[in-house]
Amino acid sequence: MWGGRKLSCSGNRFLGVVISRYRGTQTESTRLITSAVYSENQFSWTPQTKPWVFSEYRIMWFKSYRMTFACLNRIKIYRYPWTRLYSTSRTTVDSSEVKTFLALAHRWWDEQGIYAPLHSMNDLRVPFIRDNLLKTVADHQPGKPLSGMKILDVGCGGGLLTEPLGRLGASVTGIDPVDENINTAQHHKSFDPILDKRIEYRACSLEEIVEETTEAFDAVVASEVVEHVIDLETFIQCCCQVLKPGGSLFITTINKTQLSYALGIVFAEQIAGIVPKGTHTWEKFVSPEKLESILESNGLSVQSVAGMLYNPFSGYWHWSENTSLNYAAHAVKSGVQDHPVPDEFVFKGETEELRGQDSTNAGAQEELKK
Amino acid sequence: MAARLALSRWRAAPAAAGRGPLLSCRRWSGAKADTVYDVVVSGGGLVGAAMACALGHDTHFCDKKILLLEAGPKKVWEKLPETYSNRVSSISPGSATLLSSFGAWDHICNMRYRAFRRMQVWDACSEALITFDKDNLDDMGYIVENDVIMCALSKQLEAVSDRVTVLYRSKAVGYTWPYPFPMTDSSPWVHITLGDGSTLQTKLLIGADGHNSGVRQAAGIQNISWNYDQSAVVATLHLSEATENNVAWQRFLPSGPIALLPLSDTLSSLVWSTSHEHAAELVSMEEEKFVDAINSAFWSDANHTDFIDSAGTMLQYAVAFLKPTKVSARQLPPSVARVDARSRMSFPLGLGHAAEYVRPRLALIGDAAHRVHPLAGQGVNMGFGDISSLVHHLSAAAFNGKDLGSMSHLTGYETDRQRHNTALLAATDLLKRLYSTSATPLVLLRTWGLQATNAVSPLKEQIMAFASK
Repeated sequence: MWGGRKLSCSGNRFLGVVISRYRGTQTESTRLITSAVYSENQFSWTPQTKPWVFSEYRIMWFKSYRMTFACLNRIKIYRYPWTRLYSTSRTTVDSSEVKTFLALAHRWWDEQGIYAPLHSMNDLRVPFIRDNLLKTVADHQPGKPLSGMKILDVGCGGGLLTEPLGRLGASVTGIDPVDENINTAQHHKSFDPILDKRIEYRACSLEEIVEETTEAFDAVVASEVVEHVIDLETFIQCCCQVLKPGGSLFITTINKTQLSYALGIVFAEQIAGIVPKGTHTWEKFVSPEKLESILESNGLSVQSVAGMLYNPFSGYWHWSENTSLNYAAHAVKSGVQDHPVPDEFVFKGETEELRGQDSTNAGAQEELKK
Repeated sequence: MAARLALSRWRAAPAAAGRGPLLSCRRWSGAKADTVYDVVVSGGGLVGAAMACALGHDTHFCDKKILLLEAGPKKVWEKLPETYSNRVSSISPGSATLLSSFGAWDHICNMRYRAFRRMQVWDACSEALITFDKDNLDDMGYIVENDVIMCALSKQLEAVSDRVTVLYRSKAVGYTWPYPFPMTDSSPWVHITLGDGSTLQTKLLIGADGHNSGVRQAAGIQNISWNYDQSAVVATLHLSEATENNVAWQRFLPSGPIALLPLSDTLSSLVWSTSHEHAAELVSMEEEKFVDAINSAFWSDANHTDFIDSAGTMLQYAVAFLKPTKVSARQLPPSVARVDARSRMSFPLGLGHAAEYVRPRLALIGDAAHRVHPLAGQGVNMGFGDISSLVHHLSAAAFNGKDLGSMSHLTGYETDRQRHNTALLAATDLLKRLYSTSATPLVLLRTWGLQATNAVSPLKEQIMAFASK
């Protein structure tokens, strides 16, 4: 089974290569040779930009050559619709594909549709972001607690998380590499005059805006994104570059454990259909320890990590002590800090353990907290 | 559906990064220019005005736009009228807490209200009775005129006029609901057309327009309702002599319950539910005959039968044997001397319950959602309870940056209140039916039941707690 999974990952890339070569989209593969690109939110099966490093591609080709035909077929059925969409996303506007994209793009805002778990995850992630950001200010306006803050939502998809942050008063920039998602998001916010002014969407990737927005944001939110990124290190570096000193980075993602394979992939995708098939690859899940080490090595001090649990029967998320499935992390970019951060927001004991563990943390906040 | 997809595809293609044209066959061209309100409360009665007030005073709503639509004219009082109004409500402690949370209770205290400390409910067909009171004789509830409450609410609405706009003499004549599924070319808000032709849009519409709710009918929400063959007669009565008057009296006659609610040391308010014919008679008969009718309704033992009396006495001995401490003898309410001229009025009674309290971008509160018999004095209190629950859910949603019309928190409100209201409606209806008869088996059942309930204090406390939420 392990071998099969490995094959399916590489087979997936293989298939993408085969198809892109078949359709003659050479420009696409060269354009996508950037080291750190990501795709959008977890539960979408809109195309994920899956670039690969050129050398990797050759190795994959060689390995996949040995796959059996049956295996390929199985993977084709499993992956085919998704990969087909991917490969046509940035090329010629194929009318049937556009129609499918539009149907998909509409699904973002159907609260009882396929993105329902993401909608209900807002009940957890918006308070998480809001409360941790409020800790950094002395007082706030009631009604618009995040006013004056500039937030970047990386991989915003249809704007599910961007809009609540905008309603709370922040100026939010949402970026996503898929044009259709940005269109949906733009269209949805256009009906609300207040959100229209506070939110700005751009169809681009994080690297493309790093130069122009260096140290521009009070907070960066990467929710359900890092499990789709190839090069996590570079992604975190870019996040760090666009953050102001003392700014916050919020990440929600899935842990890489046996349990997350069993529940997150086998159960959620293949059995229960909670998540569309092909959304996730287990290899790209990130454990909190790995994430923390990357964050720390890039000068971001981890403030809290908290587990999240989804109840598929009720459709609600809950905070949990257990981080073996989904978890949320909050890190702060070390830098000049004007005032100590008040310590009233304790997250289920995880924070205390983390502070105990993170003895190598060089952040000034750490000492202040202790 | 396929046609719409094709249409949207055609529209989306040229307008790649921007928004597509927003005109659609369901909307008119002025759509984009309408103000988008966050909440519109349709109906400016006790419950509607209190809802607008509560939202206006909520901290998380301080940058939101709220509109209250009232079909009637603005009522302005320079000073409190000396004559008492004949429409009064019994306000439970829970409702009083809600009213004080946005400062209306202080205005009421400055005007007038009457606290009552005990309630006596007894049967016309037997000696059984039940008395409710709090252990340390705290206030059980308050009798306040409806006009006084409205005045207090108007004052508090004016205090937050930067957030809450009140439109008088405005009645909504048409509603257009959004599609349940966001479509590319239609506005996701509720469109309301007013009588004068103007239109507005809102993210959440709260229907508080009474038991014949136009909002509920426009939304097509099924309403389970039936008419009781009863009308309630209300009047303001002068007592024969001044008393402490802090007891609420209610007697169940076979034709319907009669209640005397204290207003002041010398004044009480009457609520007498009886058949339509008798109600019409009562309203039109001479004052003296009316007063005599009231007094005999409270005092006469004409409906007693020996059998029931002895059965009741038997149980009474048993109770006294088991619980020798508490013996409450039946007290008689104060006698009535005369009635205020022009204060007699009657209105029909019925029961109603909406099958759904919420739809996407719609919530029903107050009588629009539920209509109850006044015998338990719970009608407006249920409405205030709805307000507490809905404001709690909306406030939390606003603090989480949620779309106010989203079903996720509206269903929380619905579950909350339907549980409470259904139980209360069922209990009130059951009581009404149980006490509308003088058939011996039922009389026996209810006599013993009432006496037993009166003896079990924890049960009484539970009843009081449920009713005063």
